[in-house]
Formats: sequence, C-alpha cells, structure tokens
Amino acid sequence: MTGMSPIVKTVTRWVSPFILAFGIYIALTGHLTPGGGFPGGVIVAGCFILITLAYGKERVEGIFDLKSASVTDSLASLSFLCMGLLGYVFGGGFLNNFIQSGFPGKAFELLSGGNMPIINIAIGFKVGGSLFVVFAYLALFRAIEEE
Amino acid sequence: MLPLFVAIPLGVGFLLPLIEEFRERTQFFAVTVLLETGLLLALSLVKFGEESIYRLGGWRPPIGINYVLDGLSSLILVVISGIAFVTALFAMTYMSKYENLGKFYGLFSLMLAGMYGVALTGDVFNMYVYLEVAAISSYALVGFNRGPEELEASFKYLIMGAVGSIFILLGIAMLYGSVGSLNIADISVRVSEVSDQSFILLSTALFIVGFGLKAAFIPFHSWLPDAHSSAPTPISAMLSGVLIKVLGVYALSRILFNGLNLPNLTPEILTWIGAGSMFIGGMIALGQKDLKRLLAYSSISQMGYITLGLGMGGIFMSQGKPAVATLALIGGVFHLVNHAAYKSLLFLFSGGVERIFGTRDLSQIGGITRVSPVSGATGTIGTLSISGIPPFNGFWSKLVIVIAAIWGGLYPIAGIVLFTSAITLAYYLKVQRELFLGEVAGEITDKGKISPGIYVPLLILAVCCIGLGLLYLPEIRGIVLKPAALALQEGSEYTKLVLGL
Repeated sequence: MTGMSPIVKTVTRWVSPFILAFGIYIALTGHLTPGGGFPGGVIVAGCFILITLAYGKERVEGIFDLKSASVTDSLASLSFLCMGLLGYVFGGGFLNNFIQSGFPGKAFELLSGGNMPIINIAIGFKVGGSLFVVFAYLALFRAIEEE
Repeated sequence: MLPLFVAIPLGVGFLLPLIEEFRERTQFFAVTVLLETGLLLALSLVKFGEESIYRLGGWRPPIGINYVLDGLSSLILVVISGIAFVTALFAMTYMSKYENLGKFYGLFSLMLAGMYGVALTGDVFNMYVYLEVAAISSYALVGFNRGPEELEASFKYLIMGAVGSIFILLGIAMLYGSVGSLNIADISVRVSEVSDQSFILLSTALFIVGFGLKAAFIPFHSWLPDAHSSAPTPISAMLSGVLIKVLGVYALSRILFNGLNLPNLTPEILTWIGAGSMFIGGMIALGQKDLKRLLAYSSISQMGYITLGLGMGGIFMSQGKPAVATLALIGGVFHLVNHAAYKSLLFLFSGGVERIFGTRDLSQIGGITRVSPVSGATGTIGTLSISGIPPFNGFWSKLVIVIAAIWGGLYPIAGIVLFTSAITLAYYLKVQRELFLGEVAGEITDKGKISPGIYVPLLILAVCCIGLGLLYLPEIRGIVLKPAALALQEGSEYTKLVLGL
C-alpha cells in the first residue's frame, strides 16, 4: 500500500495532530463536559486509522503496532478493574469514588472529579487500543486477499 | 463480596491475553482458570442461600446499579460455577494441543464474567451489557477452531445473536420510555401505574423474541445446532449447560416475573412456546446422525421443559393457585439444574468419543463400552438421566412438572410432556444401540487412550447426575429449590429486598 493522493496526505499531516489532541481533551475532561473515555478513545483511534488510510499501514506500524495496541488494550482494562477494586478496598463499594471528598465536585476544575478522570483515561486507552486492533486486523486480511 | 464474582473472571480474562503477548504458557493458563473457577465455586457455595443486595459505587438502588442475591440467583451462581469448574478441568487436558490458549481462556473467563453479571444484576440495562459481554465472547469461542464450518457457524450465531440483542435493547428502550426506570424492582412498583399499557405489552413481546433467540426456543433455534456442534467441546458444554439458560430463560423470567409482574397472556405464551420447543426439538433430534447435533437438538427440547415449567407457574399464579404455581416453578428450576449437569456431561462425553474414534457420526462408530469402560459408563448415566429413567435426576424433575400440570388441570400439557419424554427415550435408545452396545466399529485413532484428565470430569458430572435426584426429597427441596421458585413467585419480596420498602 503506497497510500492516497498528495492532497489527502497533506491534509492528513495537518489535521491529525489536532484530531489526536481533541481526542485526548475529550477523554481528559469527560467528567466536566460532554464526552468521556469512550468518545475520546474513538477519536484517538480515528486519528491512527486516518493515518493508516492516507499513508499505508507501514507508517503507523512504526508508532503503534498490533502488539503494543493489544497490550495497551489489556493493561487499560486491568487498570480500570484496579480502580474499581480500590474503591471496594478503601470503602463504599466497587467503583466507589474513594478519592473525592465532597459531592459534587467543583465545576470546570480538572482535578475535582476524584477517580473519574483516571477511569476515563483508562477507558480512553482501552477503546482506542481495541478499535485500532479491530481496524488493523481488518486491514491485515485485506492485504492477504490482495496477494 | 458480590462484585468479586464479576471482577475475578474479568481480571483473569484480561490478564491471560496480556501474558500471552509475551510468553506462551499453556499449562499456566489452564491452571489459572482452574483455580479461578474453583475459587468462584467456593464463593458461590459460601454465599448460597443468603439474601443480600450490593450497591455499586455506593449509590442507592433506583439511581445506581445494584447486585441482588436471592434464592434464584444464588442457585444460578452455583450452577454456573460448578459447570465452569468441571469444564475447566476437562479443558486442561482436552485443549492442550490447541494454539492461542491465552485467548481461549481469556474469552472463557470473560464469558463467565458476563454470565455472573446477568445472574446478579438488578438493573435491566446492566443486564443487557453483561449479556453482550457473555454473548460476544461466545461468538468468538464458537469459531475458535477456525475451520470453514466453524467460522460459518460462528457467523450465523453472531448474526442471530445480534438480532436477538437488538430486540432486547429495543424492548429496554420502550420499557424505559414508558416506565421511567431501569431498576427491575423499581419497574415492578411503577409498571401498574402506567396509564398506557400498550408499550409495556410491546416491550414484553420484544423481550420474548430477543431472549427467545438467546435461549433458542423453537422458531428462533436455527443457530444453536450449528454453533453447539462446531464449538470446541468444553465450549459446547458451557453453551448448552449454562449459557442458553442464564442468557435466555433466567434473564427472561427475571424481567417478566420480577420486573413486569407477568403481563396478560405472557405465561400462556411461555407455556406453549415451551411445549412447542420440547416437542419439535425432540422430533428433529430423532433423525440426527451426528452425536453433537443430536445433543444440540435435545438441548432445544429440554429448554422447552424448563420454559414450560416456568410458564405453567405463571398461569397458576394468575389463576390464584399459589401451591401448584410453586410446584411448577420448582419443576422448571429443578429441570434447569439437572439439564446443566447431564447435558454438559453428554457434551464432554461426545468430545471423548471424538477423541477415540476421530468422528462423531453415529453410523460409523460403536462399542464404546469395550474401548473405554469408564467413559462408556458415564455416557450411559447421562443418556439414562436425560431420558428420565427413575433413579436418575432427570426423572424427578419431569415428574414434578407432570404432577404440577395434572394437579393444576392442564391435562394436554401433561400429555405433551409425557409424549416428549417417550421421544427423548427413543432417540437416546438409538444412541445407546449405535454407540454403547455391540461390536467395536470404526477406526480407533492413536488418541484411543483416554487419559484421567478426560474421564475424571465425566465421573464428577455422572455422580452429580445421580446425586441431584436427592433434590426431590421435600426437606432438601425446601432448602435448595423452593427459595428459587419463591423468588420468582413472590415479586413483592424481591422489591422489598432491593428497595427496602
């Protein structure tokens, strides 16, 4: 795969950092604004998928190959589970917000959500990793078929 | 304690594929899963008979998600854990020649997590999520052999399962739109106050179709024989032994009995769907040549008994005959437990047969009792139990269902149950004649030696098949089965437990 036309490549080069940053922003501020880990992860994965489409999969494999995506996927799920279990250990119940002292947190303050941002980041990694794995496997099978 | 049932398999399910990315450790994976299921079995036995709720994240019930442990869910937990433990023990030897076992055991654990979630949750949408977790893992597991037939079966199962899930999701949306709550106990309080009942009836119909697809009731059964015969043997045993029960019948009856308080005509529909599945499934099973396909059709037929028992319970409840209703519900739940034991025994046995002869075609093989006496004996116990021969467990649960039908005055139903029992006996006698008795037929492959890893799980399940008959005794029945039946019958007790009203 050599990728698409120069127009697509140029536009991709310009917009992909912004897409990535937007995805991370959506995941980080999920407890304050609409969004959260899932949409954030989808946008991040979308950025990598865009690069794959425009430049071919070799370009992405240098940054984020299948194995590391798969490892990210599993590690993020495990860290989500750990957050849940920590809530269970430190009081309240499974997934209890044990970091936050008062309810509700302050509006527009990034660190007022207790364990919510951490959980959102874990979900973001999980969704980004697994969506990318799904896409990469589909691209892999397509490549085999063409040979 | 309750979230551990979901958290432990979830953790193991993500840990094993992670380890596999770096190192292939087949034996380690198998032992981990065996320990995991053993621990869960111990936990579920400790928790058995207890009534409690658990608030996730500390939120109170109608707002937050809660896990409910009552008579029915604690029984279901024991059934899931028991079958999972024996299956994991069987898989340790049986699956050792396969590749990618980290993913196999990972998916197996995720499927377990989903089933425990469905069994425990008291929230309709949460139930849907867990149902999808269990179902999607099982789609992948069915195609694990990656042959063309397996992939076709897996794809068919995926499509049918997805259609079922969409029906369920639409039903939940309708229900939430009209009732305004997702908590099952809260729904049961609010559902009678809704002025326009048509949405409730629509969502009930959607639930029956959706969960009917998961449980493979007769018009919706076409995926089951393919999926169950193509899956690796331990997974066939899990699918037939627990998955279709937990995802289908248990989830449906939880929503219909505890949530919607049995809308009009629902029990009659359940009863006739049950009777139809029972009869037609049995008739199709008569003509099967492949052992696993025969067992799969027999599963459809036996699921019919369970649904019939629960549906009759509902009919008697609406007629104001509580004692008969309890008996019918006990019959359904009892048959659920028994079927889990003997159908997983028979599926594991069919895996052993395939190891010995290299094929499952009944016309090409025979004389298994001479090749391997132990597996032959366990297989005989399985077939006798499922056909309802007196000392074994299958007889007692069918007896309870027939007694309930006659006592309640549903004579045609009792007739169909008895006739189907005869059909069941007929096709298992066919299996007996072809497979167990007679001269040794077919080529015995190199794998002819059956190791203890294969027959010890069979022996455990065979002992269960004999021992579970004891549940018929009134004293034991009162401890084990009656709370489960009452959990469905006394909806107000469930509401009281969850909402503390």
